Amino acid sequence: MEHLPILTITTFAPLIGIPILALIPKAKVNLIRWVALLSTLPSLAAAVYIFFRFDRGTADIQMAEGPLNWIPAFNIQYYLGVDGVSVTMVILTALISTICIIASWGIVKQVKGYMVLFLLLETGMMGTFLALDFFLFFVFWEVMLLPMYFLIGIWGGPRREYAAIKFFLYTMFGSVLMLLVMVAFYFYSEGHTFNIIALQNLSLHQGPLSVEGGHAFRTACWIGLFIGFAIKVPVFPFHTWLPDAHVEAPTAISVILAGVLLKMGTYGMLRFNYQLFPDITVELINWIAVLGVINIIYGALCAMAQKDFKKLIAYSSVSHMGFVLLGMASLTSEGINGAVLQMFNHGTITAQLFLIVGIIYDRAHHRDINGFGGLASNMPKYAVWTTLAFFAAVGLPGLSGFISEVLIFLGGFKTFPWLTALAVTSVVLTAGYMLWTLQRIYLGKLPEKYKDLPDINRREALCLLPLVIIVVVLGVWPKPILAMMSASLDNINHVLLNPSNVATLIGWH
Amino acid sequence: MHVLNNADSLWYFLPELWLSAVFVAIFLFDLPKQWSENRRLSPGIAAVGLLVYIALTLYIWEFPSAVAFHGMIAVDPFTNFFRIFSAAAALGAIFLSYKSVELKDARAEYWALLLGVTIGMPMLAASNNLLMIYLSMELVSILSFILVGYLSGSKQSSEAALKYVLYGATASGIMIYGLSLIFGVTGTLDAFEIRAFLLSNPAERLPLFVGLLMTFAGFGYKVSAVPFHMWAPDVYQGAPTPVAAFLSVGPKAAGFAIVLRFIYTALSLKQDGDFIPLKFVDISSLLAVFAVATMTLGNFVAIQQNNIKRFLAYSSIAHAGYMLMAAAALNTEAIQAVIFYLISYFIMNLGAFGAAVYVINAMGSEDISAFKGLSKRGRGGLIVAVTMALFLFSLTGLPPTIGFIGKFYLFSAVIQAKLYWLAVVGVLNSVVSLYYYAKIVKLMFFDEPADEQALSSQGFSFSGVLVGLAAATVIFGIYWRFLSVWTSASSNLLL
Repeated sequence: MEHLPILTITTFAPLIGIPILALIPKAKVNLIRWVALLSTLPSLAAAVYIFFRFDRGTADIQMAEGPLNWIPAFNIQYYLGVDGVSVTMVILTALISTICIIASWGIVKQVKGYMVLFLLLETGMMGTFLALDFFLFFVFWEVMLLPMYFLIGIWGGPRREYAAIKFFLYTMFGSVLMLLVMVAFYFYSEGHTFNIIALQNLSLHQGPLSVEGGHAFRTACWIGLFIGFAIKVPVFPFHTWLPDAHVEAPTAISVILAGVLLKMGTYGMLRFNYQLFPDITVELINWIAVLGVINIIYGALCAMAQKDFKKLIAYSSVSHMGFVLLGMASLTSEGINGAVLQMFNHGTITAQLFLIVGIIYDRAHHRDINGFGGLASNMPKYAVWTTLAFFAAVGLPGLSGFISEVLIFLGGFKTFPWLTALAVTSVVLTAGYMLWTLQRIYLGKLPEKYKDLPDINRREALCLLPLVIIVVVLGVWPKPILAMMSASLDNINHVLLNPSNVATLIGWH
Repeated sequence: MHVLNNADSLWYFLPELWLSAVFVAIFLFDLPKQWSENRRLSPGIAAVGLLVYIALTLYIWEFPSAVAFHGMIAVDPFTNFFRIFSAAAALGAIFLSYKSVELKDARAEYWALLLGVTIGMPMLAASNNLLMIYLSMELVSILSFILVGYLSGSKQSSEAALKYVLYGATASGIMIYGLSLIFGVTGTLDAFEIRAFLLSNPAERLPLFVGLLMTFAGFGYKVSAVPFHMWAPDVYQGAPTPVAAFLSVGPKAAGFAIVLRFIYTALSLKQDGDFIPLKFVDISSLLAVFAVATMTLGNFVAIQQNNIKRFLAYSSIAHAGYMLMAAAALNTEAIQAVIFYLISYFIMNLGAFGAAVYVINAMGSEDISAFKGLSKRGRGGLIVAVTMALFLFSLTGLPPTIGFIGKFYLFSAVIQAKLYWLAVVGVLNSVVSLYYYAKIVKLMFFDEPADEQALSSQGFSFSGVLVGLAAATVIFGIYWRFLSVWTSASSNLLL
């Protein structure tokens, strides 16, 4: 390998911190926090490097490392690489991880264990987005579960044990189906491989599972993968783990869950369902759109009914991830680009929202929306940060959320005019529950007991600042991020849209 | 095929001859009074004897495969693998027994009996003749009965032994009747001759089917497959914990070895990597039904267990189900998959039992509530809790552990055989198993301990072995090329 293995560094750098943390005495809490923070910086630096060096003109895999033989008996390879589908997610993961370490400064219980698990989690997330070997992908995908289970279960809220096991069981259910499909890929692909790129190339010509052949079998495999990813998104009706997990998790972990983990679902669909089964995807595209719109409306209505601030944000995630599905389903360049941009934007915006909930929870020790009021009068800075984040979530023009939603609607209208019209109503719903929340918490009469709540401190502002900058910049100038993804996404879309390319070569039409 | 006469066979039988000598030596060395008071002597001799046994097996590994003693036992890489596996299981049991408080008064015969079972296990794996199958199975069973009832003062232990004897006697009675039916139909006891007969003669289906079903009762008892599993929870609970650990790994593996050998040599014919079952009965479906019943019952009943040994007993039943599932695939991959899974099961289950012995010793309770807040009981508690968590996640089949790789092999074999429904049942069962394995993890990490006491140390070597097994669980979960090559070589059955 001539160049620096930048992606390997991005993935495994956080792990270097673990043995160092293990050697530090438990009592030196601040040192532990600093070491953990430093351990996330190489990945962040690498992400910045990737951002500048990424070639925006090509749809191909870049900066590839490997494929190296890992287990030859099963042709399992170590193979990392980025393309337009994954690159923004890698940058998002690095950014959110560093921010979350800073946001975790307030953790006092078993700090060492927390930081060790957190770093392990970061490696799992990075690896999931970078892996180009299905087996490797699966290992990273599952490795993420263990630290997440402990992080929710040990450091979470009152119902943490229930939330942790529910999250674990749901995700495991999805991933075992994925495991079977993965094994099927290996046995029925020409040349027996887990290499995702090789499988994609096969699918262009005859379909990776064409040896087994049957259309029903391929559809079953598509559904197996889809359920696995849908649980992560989460797509209705697999969403019920989300409110529990998000609400019980500590602030930083909620941020990770909403900011990064949910995207793995839609990323997986684009990487696997879309590219390995283009024909089946086109066939079932209506279902994706319908599920997306259900998510949008149902999530927004649920959010509106919540009294718990954090649960409200959690349901707003369900709603916003629905936009991603709708955009993906539109099979238009605007839609699919908007979908991935929405993944990035939702990551930055929801991260802010969860941080904001965390800030008020740390001070008031409850999250009942109706228990607050008038906070703007004694926490003016906090109110400004919140308003910015809320407006971004609502999709106010000039902020990043607006761009991706408009792209999705533009794309959606071309393919599903009625469904998209239905989805657009959610803009009103979103504005409704967001502004209503803003009003109940920040305006009105300040309760006596909250007179002395301190305003947002420097550390908390430091967590929010980079996210706000991104939201504002992308709101007026989305090109740097859009340009990274569009070549790859247009290519995916091109394959999907070209029926001769798909149908004749796969040969079941 | 290479059939050896008795004299030539002795070389192939060298490891067992050596182990028999060690068996006798343990008693001899125990005779002088001052020696018999030394608690370390007998386990020491046994352990050294087993290491030499492994060395001898490696020495004869390169011998060409052959059937020894005029066709009684087959000595092939498969057999040699089970020699090493059995010795490793016995070494693990010796270590746990030596560390266990329950067995602090164990005398020479205990260690000698362990060796006796260890002689029986590879012989069962090697049996190429119906009579030999029966004899080696009895050798393993009868000695196991004594080990289970070894705690002579304990009512539970004696009860367990009696149950084990009664179930064992019934099962072996049914099995020998089944074997006699097979003999009656085919006119031979030799596995290869049975296959030749089935290939060339139109067999009577019904008596053969009944005979097979009855034979499987015996096998099912050994591997604790539903519905012949009823002894397992009681025996595991009553037996000294190290013996339970040994039973769940060693004799069970030997049971799987003979299931594989019998099905793949006597009842099916290899064609292009697949084994075609011979005309009379659909073995694949038969095994699949057993597999589904076994894993489902094991997993669902395990959820309700409160005694850690019963808990592990049901978990071991579930794992027997997973392995039967692969056996139903009837292809070359299945043999390797089961062998691989046995190795992974050996590591993670021995580890789980080891951690259980550690906690039972320290807390004096077999209830799973003894695990409450284990991670907060000082450094020792944290180490045991972390290793136990790794073993449990490995048993669940989560990467990056060897348990995941083992499951990956099993499901590969099943999907290769296109038994998709069976694979789906299998993976759904792993989801169920996550629930109860995570329950122990929750107790150890999420709950607060009942008191502030740190977990009393059981010596550096004990936690060292646990950490070693945990390291093996993870390392082989990430890089298992060595195991992949070794199991591939070991799946080479003499056909």
